[in-house]
Amino acid sequence: MPSTLIAQVARRVVLGVLMLLGVSALIFAGTQLLPGDVAQSILGQEATPEAVANLRKEMGLNDPAITRYAHWLGGAVTGDFGRALSNGQPISATLGKRLYNTLFLAFWAALVSVPLAIGLGIIAVRHRNGFIDRTISGLGLASVSLPEFFVGYVLMYFFAVKLQWVSSVSTVFDGMPLSERLGAIVLPVAVLTMAVLAHMMRMTRAAIMNVMQSAYIETAELKGLGALRIIYRHALPNALAPIINVVMLNLAFLVVGVVVVEVIFVYPGMGQFLVDHVSKRDVPVVQACGLIFATVYIGLNIVADIAGIMSNPRLRHPK
Amino acid sequence: MSAAPTMVLEIRNLRIEVTVRPPGEKPRDILIVDDVSLTLQKGRVLGLIGESGAGKSTVGLSALGYGRGGVRITGGEVWLNGRDILQGGAKGLRALRGREVSYVAQSAAAAFNPSHRLMKQVVETALHHGVSNRQQAEQRAIALFRKLGLPDPKNFGQRFPHQVSGGQLQRAMTAMALCAQPDLIVFDEPTTALDVTTQIDVLAAIKDAIRDTGVAALYITHDLAVVAQVSDDIMVLRHGKMVELGETAQIIHAPRQEYTRALVSVRSIAHDEQPPTKQPLLSIRNVTARYAGRDVKVLDAVTCDLCTGQTLAIVGESGSGKSTLARVITGLLAPSQGDIVFNGKTLPARLAGRDKEDLRGLQMVYQMADVAMNPRHTVGKIIGRPLEFYFGLRGDEKKRRVQQLLDEIEMGSGYIDRYPAELSGGQKQRVCIARALAAKPRLIICDEVTSALDPLVADGILKLLLNLQKIEGVAYLYITHDLTTVRAIADSIAVMYQGRIVRYGPKSQVLTAPFDDYTDLLLSSVPEMELGWLESTISRRRMESAGH
Amino acid sequence: MTRRRIPVSALIGLLFTGGFVFIALFAPWLAPHPNSVVVGDVWAPASAQHWLGTDNIGRDLLSRMIHGTRVTLTIAGLATALSFGVGSVLGFVAAVVGGWLDQLLSRGVDLLMAIPTLIFALVVLSVLPTTITVLVLVVGTLDATRVFRLSRALAADINVMDYVEAARLRGEKTPWIVFSEILPNALTPLVSELGLRFIFAVLFLSALSFIGLGVQPPDADWGNMVKENKEGIVFGIPAALIPAGAIAVLTISVNLMADWVLNRTTDLKGGRGA
Repeated sequence: MPSTLIAQVARRVVLGVLMLLGVSALIFAGTQLLPGDVAQSILGQEATPEAVANLRKEMGLNDPAITRYAHWLGGAVTGDFGRALSNGQPISATLGKRLYNTLFLAFWAALVSVPLAIGLGIIAVRHRNGFIDRTISGLGLASVSLPEFFVGYVLMYFFAVKLQWVSSVSTVFDGMPLSERLGAIVLPVAVLTMAVLAHMMRMTRAAIMNVMQSAYIETAELKGLGALRIIYRHALPNALAPIINVVMLNLAFLVVGVVVVEVIFVYPGMGQFLVDHVSKRDVPVVQACGLIFATVYIGLNIVADIAGIMSNPRLRHPK
Repeated sequence: MSAAPTMVLEIRNLRIEVTVRPPGEKPRDILIVDDVSLTLQKGRVLGLIGESGAGKSTVGLSALGYGRGGVRITGGEVWLNGRDILQGGAKGLRALRGREVSYVAQSAAAAFNPSHRLMKQVVETALHHGVSNRQQAEQRAIALFRKLGLPDPKNFGQRFPHQVSGGQLQRAMTAMALCAQPDLIVFDEPTTALDVTTQIDVLAAIKDAIRDTGVAALYITHDLAVVAQVSDDIMVLRHGKMVELGETAQIIHAPRQEYTRALVSVRSIAHDEQPPTKQPLLSIRNVTARYAGRDVKVLDAVTCDLCTGQTLAIVGESGSGKSTLARVITGLLAPSQGDIVFNGKTLPARLAGRDKEDLRGLQMVYQMADVAMNPRHTVGKIIGRPLEFYFGLRGDEKKRRVQQLLDEIEMGSGYIDRYPAELSGGQKQRVCIARALAAKPRLIICDEVTSALDPLVADGILKLLLNLQKIEGVAYLYITHDLTTVRAIADSIAVMYQGRIVRYGPKSQVLTAPFDDYTDLLLSSVPEMELGWLESTISRRRMESAGH
Repeated sequence: MTRRRIPVSALIGLLFTGGFVFIALFAPWLAPHPNSVVVGDVWAPASAQHWLGTDNIGRDLLSRMIHGTRVTLTIAGLATALSFGVGSVLGFVAAVVGGWLDQLLSRGVDLLMAIPTLIFALVVLSVLPTTITVLVLVVGTLDATRVFRLSRALAADINVMDYVEAARLRGEKTPWIVFSEILPNALTPLVSELGLRFIFAVLFLSALSFIGLGVQPPDADWGNMVKENKEGIVFGIPAALIPAGAIAVLTISVNLMADWVLNRTTDLKGGRGA
């Protein structure tokens, strides 16, 4: 691989790591905005000043912010997120399980939505401005505007309550067989798919159409190639970069959309975990979840950028 | 010799329309090509010439049964190799495209797929239509590369489009068109986007290739001199109608129609050279410039003068630094060495340091009039703003002056409330000139102001500029790559190459031998309308390089 | 000048959006019952006295919806005004002035945008009280980043046009360049973006309220109304679908209008399409 390509990729990765550091600082700073005293709110109003002071010392709250930040970050990197304020349990253990559940859900949603979105995008271009294209666009417009809980509860109302095809609550637990697990997440996956499908499909269509306006597509037509061959051989290789970009960006969006969906269907994932603890003002948990979500999000963005860099023929084969 | 020449292409009463759908109005049909007929024998080249909008590309593409941008053939017949291709349906068209007729586009850089290697694209047509197998096709491609003068023909195909130059890509496109051995090639302005010195090589290569393969060709261009070099017959088109059709010699030397005569005589403006005055208006002294953070000198010790009321032409090709010189003079780029003296005063190097009076005296007109005017301002506002800004004119007084200026540029006061989008190319440029004049400058920098215009329209603009110079006494710094324009309006000329001035002096001196190498190359590369010029220039060059 | 036909879809959008705005403005006079008064049985079905039935503790659903319209639209509106005001001005300035200011603002915005909005909002809301001011600030600031990006891109594109350079060479100062040269050409895409940002603000706010971190009871907003009535779905009570449906209708309507504005942009004044 040429050195310019490696240099660009390396630069992107380094930038991503710096971003992550910046974001972690932002998250840490965000939670320090708490008016009032953490130790005080744990022990309650009647606690003695000595008890509060002791707890402060124990929690390291007297150290300057930088030290506390470094301490927290160091722990996070090694996998130790400390203990939850609400029940004193170590966070990492529960976090691991919850993270697995969330990734499971996101994975299956991606598996369904990505091929569907790209396929529909290609079909829409093939029949551009025809009836099929406009119908797909219209449905896309509608589903982008619909809030997830609307779609979620409508689906739940019809399929879980009226038709009783699936259960309305998506409980999964350890030791559940895969088939049962999949059955439990049918509705959440459907909602997530609808949320990102429209966006991805519209952007795929736009990316392919943009490529189709290029002069080299006309050249291919004037060579007598058929429509489908033109799309596969000439359009797709150039549309690949923007499409991968779109997919990655939507996967990143998926990671966030998962939060609301988990609440709707009471799914034991990291989103539900985060929401519960935000209401309880449990700062360590919020910091930990926030950091993990941000890492996944930034990571996917980095992959999107790298895919874009690597599919550029000018960089793969410099002059 | 062999049998009588066969008819490759016959177009009868071709009629092409397009439906425009302006937003909020009813859609209407516009006639783009009106009753055009032509015939083309094997081995002959027919030149299609006309201004932009004449319909030449549309006629050329109809030979492939193709309409760009939604245009459709609504009448007439197109007979290729003895059958009417318009009756064959989509499948029939796909079978003949690339195989019996192929197309060479104007911009090869855009016409090649950036993701595939050149060889793959060049042989694609032959393979797709089953004309030859891969090995045969590649051999033929390499032979074509060699014939067209491409470097390292055996390995050239392994490159990607972005790795080769514009001139090489244009030749690769020609190879791609020839590879499947078609009977007819449509060349659509293949050398328009190239530098003059590259153009001549590509032209010669194309002419050789046509002659060697015996293919018939349609050569589309707006440049009469170029078409005179390449074609056997010429058809003149205007507004979609045929104006004249005849052999090249007849069209060039004895044009019958008025319009054809106008096209042929387009380079005949004369201007008497004026001697330099004692004190120059603009003095560029030893200017060297670099772009921020780079070592490469974009301008290198440039020195020249411009006298009041005269025209200094700066001639060069792309990369010569001529546009950068304009940026330095106007203060958009500060020189690393040297200074600019205007009106007896050394101008501050940067724009920000100059006062209103400095700025007022120096105005600029751009190449692309479309982007040089704010699409949301009316003509009245565009011309009126300098009047407000520099002279504080308002209300009726301003309106009167705007009307005066409109008269000077030969447009009526009815244009005051129009928007740029409603004007033609020539009119847009005239408004930009009026805007510059409104400031009553002493010097106007004209940056390739006629390069984007059709020859006849450009002619009009040149005449206007000369006229205005007589009336207002304004001086021009005329930047161009077009030597014929230079002959028409310059008093002194500076030839630039790679940031340096290689030749400078009064017009008569610069354009008379003996020349330095680059000026020689430049002057000799400009196509003349004289028949046989291409062959004689190429053979002269070959003799010279053989002699070294 | 020919009268332009407004497409049916845009008219529908206009109708519904206008309707919602009207309701929001005149809420106290339109609602049959005050906001938090129990007037009937829990989850009573639609009837003559209660057109939409009652909610989970027996309040009139229609009245709550009307009051909720005001709350939702106000917060979303203020947040959009904030994001647009701040975002577009900063974006233009960054593009026109350039240099270190541009770098500073752009890097800052990049950093803020690196965190998913919902996560960031949750993090901040875990420590700050959920008042209307805080909500407007949170939603507005996060949105401002996207508006900044867009307006900076628009301004940067226009900034390199020859007519802007011509203005600079004339000696025009920055305010003229921003307001007379750049803004008129950036207006239409910006207006269309205004619509999209508003939709985003509504959706975002509703999501926050749904999770319990937005508007707090007894105030009604469409998001927390969904939250309050969601238990009913399992029992076949569709009460939660009504506020959710209202959000859907509003967002689709604004979307239709934004699309129409965007499609009009290709028509430069008096000329044929660009």
